Amino acid sequence: MNLRGIWAIYSFEMSRTKRTITQSVVSPVLSTVLYFVVFGGAIGSRIESVGGISYGAFIVPGLIMLSIMTQSLSNASFGIYFPRFSGTIYEVLSSPMSFWEATAGYVGAAATKSLLIGLITLATAGFFVPIEIAHPLWMFAFLILTTITFSLFGFLIGIWADGFEKLQLIPLLVVTPMVFLGGAFYSIDMLPSAWQTVTMFNPVVYLISGFRWSFYEISDVSVGVSLAMVTLFMGICLALIAWIFKTGYRLKQ
Amino acid sequence: MIEINNLGKQYANGFVALDNITLSIKKGEILALLGPNGAGKTTLISAICGIVNPTSGTVTVGGFDIIKNYRQTRSLIGLVPQELTTDAFETPWNNLTFSRGLFGLPKNTQIVEKILRDLSLWDKKDDRIMTLSGGMKRRLLIAKALVHEPQVLFLDEPTAGVDVGLRQDMWRMVDELRNQGVTIVLTTHYIEEAEAIADRIGVISGGKLLLVEDKASLMSRMGQKQLKVELMQSLDTIPDELVEKGFVLAEDHLSIVYHYDKDMPEVDIAGLLQSVSSAGLGVKDIHTQQSSLEEIFVDLVEDAA
Repeated sequence: MNLRGIWAIYSFEMSRTKRTITQSVVSPVLSTVLYFVVFGGAIGSRIESVGGISYGAFIVPGLIMLSIMTQSLSNASFGIYFPRFSGTIYEVLSSPMSFWEATAGYVGAAATKSLLIGLITLATAGFFVPIEIAHPLWMFAFLILTTITFSLFGFLIGIWADGFEKLQLIPLLVVTPMVFLGGAFYSIDMLPSAWQTVTMFNPVVYLISGFRWSFYEISDVSVGVSLAMVTLFMGICLALIAWIFKTGYRLKQ
Repeated sequence: MIEINNLGKQYANGFVALDNITLSIKKGEILALLGPNGAGKTTLISAICGIVNPTSGTVTVGGFDIIKNYRQTRSLIGLVPQELTTDAFETPWNNLTFSRGLFGLPKNTQIVEKILRDLSLWDKKDDRIMTLSGGMKRRLLIAKALVHEPQVLFLDEPTAGVDVGLRQDMWRMVDELRNQGVTIVLTTHYIEEAEAIADRIGVISGGKLLLVEDKASLMSRMGQKQLKVELMQSLDTIPDELVEKGFVLAEDHLSIVYHYDKDMPEVDIAGLLQSVSSAGLGVKDIHTQQSSLEEIFVDLVEDAA
C-alpha cells in the first residue's frame, strides 16, 4: 500500500482548498446563512412548527445535507477532472499507485473538505436557531457516510465528463432538484399522498430523513432504511469505480 | 533493462498504433527513437509507463512485468512527457515534493534542492508554475521525473520548442545521468541530436519498429560516401575510361560523381583524379560527402511506406 502516495494526493488537494478558501469554504457557508435568513427567519416565522420542532430548527439538517452533497460533488468531480483536462494526470497514472489509492486520495480530500463545510454550517446555524443533537455519533456517521458517498459520485462524474459542461450537468440538473425535493425544507407527510409515493424513489429523502432523525428523533422513513440506502448508494459508486479501474474508462486508452 | 516482446496496441477505433514491437533496451545505454509524427513513439513510451493499456505482448522493466508488478516497474521509471503539462498554481518546490510522495518516498529536501539547482530552477522554487517560461516548465517536468531517482528515464521529445542553450544544458544532463548508470530512452525530431548523443538508434514508422542498430554501424552500413568532381566545362557524355573507374555524370553535366565502395575502405583518390585529368577534363573543385542520419532515416521511412 502506497500510503505516502495517498497522502501526497490528499495534501495536494487540501492545499488547493487552502488556496481557494473564499470560493471553497466561505461561499458555501454564506449561501447557507442566506437560506437561514430567508427560510428560517423571514418565512419560517410564519410557518407553524413541524413535528413539534420550530421550522427554523427543522431545516438545519436538510440545509447541512444540501451543502455537503453539492460540495462533495463539485469538489470531487473538479479534483479529478482538472488533472485530466490539463494533462497532469499522466503523473498519477505512471506512478506506483493503484487506482484505489489514487481514488482514496482524491475522494478523501473532497470528503474532508465538505465535512468541514458541514460542520461550519452547523456551527453557523447555531447562531440563528437553538439546535439539539439527540444522537451525535449517528449524526457524525451520517455526515461522514454522505460526504464519502457523494464524493465518490462526484469522482465518477469527473471521470465521465469530457467537458466543463458535462461536469456541471448532473450536479445542476439531477442532484440539486433531488436535494430540494428530498425533504430538505419540508416533511414528506406535508405533501399530497400521490407525491409522497413519488418522493420515495428519491434516494436523497432517505439521507435527509436519517440525518434529521439524529438531531430531533423525527424521520420520514425508519433509520435502518436510511442507513441501508446510503450504504447501497456507496456500494453502487464503488462498483462503478471498480469497473473504471478494470477497463481504464476515460483514463487510459 | 527493458524487454519488449511483441507489443501491440490497437485503439478502439481500429487504428493500430503499435504493431508487434520487440525491442531490448540495455542497462545504461541511450536509445534514441526516431520516427515521423504519429509513428507510435509516444504510444510505445505510454504503454511502458502505464498510461496506455497494450492490447498484446509483454514488457518487463528490470525483470518485472509492467502489468503484474507495476509498482516495481513504475518506481524504476521517470517519465518526461512531450506536452508541457504542469500545474498552474503550485510552486516547483511543492510540486517536486508531491511527485516524490506519489512514488511512495519520504520527504527529502536535499534531493529536491539538488535537482532544482541542477536544472537552474532554484531561484524559482517558490514562484507559481504558471509564471515560469516554457523552457523552465520543460526543466520542471524533467525535475519531476528525476525526483524519485529512477533507473530508467523516458524523454519524449525533450527539446521540442527549446532554445539552443537550454538544449545543450539538457544534453549535458543526459550525459551525466548516463554516467550514473541511468538508462535513457528519448524520442526526438532533431536527428543530428540523436546522432550526437545516442548509443543506439531505433526507427519507428506506422507503428512498426523498422530497425534498431548501433549508431556507428547504422551509419556505416546505410551511410553513403561520395566524391564529387566539379568540372571546368559541361560534358555531354562521360568518357568511357572514367566510367570504368566508377564515375557517373551528374545531372547538371558540370560534375562527375564517384560512389565509395562500402566494402573497400581504401580508395586511391590520387589515381582517380589522375584519370580525370588524363581524360582531358579540367577540375574546378572536389568535395566528399557522407550521408547523414537524416538521409538514412528518410530513406528507411520511404522504403517502408
